[in-house]
Amino acid sequence: MSVASVIHSETDFDVRKIREDFPILKQQVHGKPLVYLDNAATSQKPQVVIDAITRYYTLENSNIHRGVHYLSSQATMAYENTRTILKDFLNAASEKEILFVRGTTEGINLVAQSYGRTFFKEGDEIIISAMEHHSNIVPWQIVCEQTGAKLRIIPMNERGELLPDAYEKLFTPRTKFVSIVHVSNSLGTINPVKEMIAMAHCYGVPVLLDGAQAVQHLTVDVRELDCDFYVFSGHKIYGPTGVGVLYAKQELLEKMPPYQGGGDMIRSVTFEKTTFNELPYKFEAGTPNIVGGISMTAGIRYLQSIGIEAIGAYEHELLEYGTEVLSSIRGLRLIGTAKNKTGILSFVLDNVHPHDVGTFLDVEGIAIRTGHHCTQPVMQFFKVPATSRASLAMYNTKEEIDILADAIKKVMKVFS
Amino acid sequence: MSELRDLYQEVILDHNKNPRNFGKLDHANCQHEGFNPLCGDHLFVYLILENDTIKDIRFEGSGCAISKASASLMTTVLKGKTKTEAKELFERFHTLVTSNMDRPVDSSKLGKLAVFAGVREFPARVKCASLAWHTVQSALENDPNIVTTEYNGN
Repeated sequence: MSVASVIHSETDFDVRKIREDFPILKQQVHGKPLVYLDNAATSQKPQVVIDAITRYYTLENSNIHRGVHYLSSQATMAYENTRTILKDFLNAASEKEILFVRGTTEGINLVAQSYGRTFFKEGDEIIISAMEHHSNIVPWQIVCEQTGAKLRIIPMNERGELLPDAYEKLFTPRTKFVSIVHVSNSLGTINPVKEMIAMAHCYGVPVLLDGAQAVQHLTVDVRELDCDFYVFSGHKIYGPTGVGVLYAKQELLEKMPPYQGGGDMIRSVTFEKTTFNELPYKFEAGTPNIVGGISMTAGIRYLQSIGIEAIGAYEHELLEYGTEVLSSIRGLRLIGTAKNKTGILSFVLDNVHPHDVGTFLDVEGIAIRTGHHCTQPVMQFFKVPATSRASLAMYNTKEEIDILADAIKKVMKVFS
Repeated sequence: MSELRDLYQEVILDHNKNPRNFGKLDHANCQHEGFNPLCGDHLFVYLILENDTIKDIRFEGSGCAISKASASLMTTVLKGKTKTEAKELFERFHTLVTSNMDRPVDSSKLGKLAVFAGVREFPARVKCASLAWHTVQSALENDPNIVTTEYNGN
């Protein structure tokens, strides 16, 4: 398929123009044009994000809050303005419900340690699912160790879909929390989270959603979902690493003790007694990743300027094309074939280990991820040691999927 | 593609497809486990040691072509060697796969192991090639820990 026909078929969505906004995509790798298909690990950054970082350090750098000088107030305004953008992005009720964290992992750890450690008791039960990333397993195991609570796992079918009936059966009077992934990083499954939250709420149980693989592909409205906690990472939504967002309902945050102590999170400190700052600052000890927050929201505004619906529709078209092209390769098995999924193409090949696939594709300029994708229980479920995973973003093209398919065929020939 | 051919030489592809000395060794008096959880390479080596000599050696497990071929070729060269000779070979092999690209390869003492010279062009694959060798070293040294050649977290 020629480039011209690809662009013609995507008239509503000018992928060529979008690609121009991402300088890294212009480079060659091993003498071949870079085909970047590792977006679930981290997305590339548009020029506006890179510019926001440069502008901040060139013109605005200063520590925020409490500064009386010009630069400090500029930086404070810029940083606090991002909270408003994030509130609107998630449709939260108030800026008080938007906490800056280092990323999804820290957000989940914050909830596990602040909420879980405070409210879980011996014998309580925490529900997670069979397709969780390690970051939504291990923090709960740690808090289970600390409190005597136990994990309960929602099973899935061989397409990689959670089983709703089995989920409902997990609820008991001891169930205290549900923490599930919105979109699976290794399978691409979009979980029916709205229904799952409604069910948990029938039992009076709060729900956390791990949105690391969701916010860049679909509209997330925390009030419509009625989720209690929502977490995502900046670097997977076209922003920088080291910054992310934890949304939490204000009434829950009011009940939760601070996660870390230090500067900024206090109102007054004496050696006898410290009183804590109001929300959201109670949960934000120390100088935050100021440039991270500012540039992350530059990425989100960029995404909004294209339109999340349009991005989702285009990525879905790519996914359907990729599924068709890869499925037609004899000896290739797709892992994760849920009806409702985002652009994740995880696969295994007969007689070729994913690691060898990764090395062959790299030489062709193609970046994919091979391994367990931090979801070892998913690998165990599908009885594979690892998969090769191509993950799509708004700047990928059908032509790139063709390049991927051709390279896979080449690898299979070498190992036949 | 020329670097790839250096890495995936015919001998390596052959040993991957038809690994030698593959399977459990009955009456082994020394065995060890090697596991790289990130990529999933997982193998067991079984040895029969008599007076410091490797009378027999086999391996089983699953992994990428490089790790499987490396384990297979290793068993063919280690059979009949003393512990000291095995250690020397391990060191030569290790130097081969980790040495700087500018350094010429001294293949005179490597024999068929020289096919792994291409690994040094792929730093990410050194851990695959060296897993079986480290596992045997640990077996010979009675190290109680499972061997891994991955150190980068996750």
